[in-house]
Amino acid sequence: MNKKFIKKLGEKLIHGLLTLSGSITSIIVLLIVIFLFKEGAGLFNRSTLGDDMVLAVNKSNPLNKIKAAKVKAIFDQQVTNWKQVGGKNDSIIIIRLEDLSTYYTEEQLGANLENVGACVSKLTDSLSGAVVYVQKKFVTKDFKGKVLPEEHLSLTEFFFGKEWFPTAVPSAQFGILPLILGTLWVSLGAILIALPLGLGVAIYLAEIADPRLRGVLKPVIELLSGIPSVIYGFFGLVVIVPLIQQAFNLPVGETALAGSIVLGIMALPTIITVAEDAMRTTPRAMKEASLALGATRWQTIYRIIIPYSISGITAGAILGIGRAIGETMAVLMVTGNAGVIPHTYLQPVRTIPATIAAELGESAQGGIHYQALFTLGCVLFVITLLVNLGVEYVSSKRKF
Amino acid sequence: MKKTIILVMSLLVLAGGAFAQKIKGSDTMLPLSQKEAETFQKEGKGRVTVTGGGSGVGFTALIDGTTEIAQASRKIKMDEKLKLTEAGIPYKEVIAAYDALAVVVNPSNGVSELNREQLEGIFTGKIKNWSQVGGANLQIVVYSRETSSGTYEFFREHVLKNKNFASSVLSMPATGAIIQSVSQTKGAIGYVGLAYVNREVKALKVSFDKKNYVAPSVEAAMDKSYPITRPLYYYYATKYEAKVKSYINYVLSPEGQKIVLKVGYVPLSK
Repeated sequence: MNKKFIKKLGEKLIHGLLTLSGSITSIIVLLIVIFLFKEGAGLFNRSTLGDDMVLAVNKSNPLNKIKAAKVKAIFDQQVTNWKQVGGKNDSIIIIRLEDLSTYYTEEQLGANLENVGACVSKLTDSLSGAVVYVQKKFVTKDFKGKVLPEEHLSLTEFFFGKEWFPTAVPSAQFGILPLILGTLWVSLGAILIALPLGLGVAIYLAEIADPRLRGVLKPVIELLSGIPSVIYGFFGLVVIVPLIQQAFNLPVGETALAGSIVLGIMALPTIITVAEDAMRTTPRAMKEASLALGATRWQTIYRIIIPYSISGITAGAILGIGRAIGETMAVLMVTGNAGVIPHTYLQPVRTIPATIAAELGESAQGGIHYQALFTLGCVLFVITLLVNLGVEYVSSKRKF
Repeated sequence: MKKTIILVMSLLVLAGGAFAQKIKGSDTMLPLSQKEAETFQKEGKGRVTVTGGGSGVGFTALIDGTTEIAQASRKIKMDEKLKLTEAGIPYKEVIAAYDALAVVVNPSNGVSELNREQLEGIFTGKIKNWSQVGGANLQIVVYSRETSSGTYEFFREHVLKNKNFASSVLSMPATGAIIQSVSQTKGAIGYVGLAYVNREVKALKVSFDKKNYVAPSVEAAMDKSYPITRPLYYYYATKYEAKVKSYINYVLSPEGQKIVLKVGYVPLSK
């Protein structure tokens, strides 16, 4: 009686522990997702001008607001006349805090900058084409210019904006279209390279290679997945990049193609290992029945073995795609990271993970740039989720 | 037994953490600070741990209180200054050395000098072919550093006069990657710290007044004839002053400045 009770208790305990570990893991995953979205959500309430900064113009200026992209064009001096942004015909005069010293002496500004507010006000009033970018605290109540309202980032600007300049002053640009396209571009290329090659190798290892050769090949392939990604990146930069440059006679070798090749190589071991394991679970009886019916080896492979192990093969493909989309370091080193919309595989691209990795360290915690990077993380999360759901849907339909 | 080992180890970690001064920030200053820290330690003056990550990372760490000294290859930005004031951390700024930025091209490139306006045109994307600045008919491929680097900020402020880089610029995660890419790409141009220039790339003569073209060198940077020169800073919170002063003084001493020269940077002129 007592013995039975202890046994039961032990089982209950193990049962409880397993449930607990399962739920803890799920909760942690959920918490990470919530954290990601919480940090990323604030982006759309922030002024793109930067914290505590304002943009002001002369009172006679007919413009009541200027779009973020135009602000950048003005301060980059690509636009030099108000007419080009819908105002009257007057040349634009840019005034930053540093520029005040060309208009006023240090004495006039005050030893502790106490007169800056008055100077800014006077200057804005006297120059009809002025656009002023200063700290909020210098714009006092009796400011004689016109303060433009804060511009917030809109969803359209975020998803369809074509420029990613997170640190541009005064108006940061957060258009992620080039980054999304870059990521998809590189991942797609990687899968196109890795999937056929990986499946081929898996079939060869599972069905055709003789056991001794397989005993050597498989550990070697598995070794590939143990190499740190920065090594792949360096290999890509030193070997693949110059190779592509010479092969296609390009001005620059850091291209989407280089990223795809490196990622393809990195995804190979996952795809091969998982797919091969799945194929080898095909029951011997099924294979022998097929061969006994007069089917050739190839017919057996694609009529019996592949359909039987399709779920394992899909799992391998998902893991491979997952690795390709989320890979950071290797891509950062070989794709050139230029934030432009790619038109061919022979152009530099910038991917989402590379952007996050390269920029997160610099962005001050809680700033708009920091939040934009978290929003990028959310976007990446959603893309990966969609890919996984899509592949699972497809594979569930193929069951027989 | 096991417990004792754990106890001893954690004590050691604690002790190391308590006495070591932490420096964090600019990758440009990494070789300098490491060498300084090494000799500083060898002379038994204290322990210093140095990590990189970019100037911005150093300031973030200073604001979060996870480092005692932030090393930076640019001046502190307005918003970082405000964040430090908000967090109630008064700080001090020390110039440790100077660095000259060299503009480098592929050795096969025929162009050997450029002025500031031409550099601005190239890096903002207005000039796209080497023939426009007196070179061969070859597309210009522009390499830049990631936005987290102080080198990027300094170059934008000083050479591009606050204009933004073109979006087609290729940004590389490290100076080493820029050297590698410039050495293997014919039409490439990039900018690196003076200490990184080697035989695989060609450093250009630069002029800001269109008259005197000066090649980057320690001497030219010291007498200020080379225009793209920047100070390298240490920032530390005033409350750690007692702790970090001996290291800072060591770097500023004649011995420390000798190391500056040895690592390839420009010592403070006396």
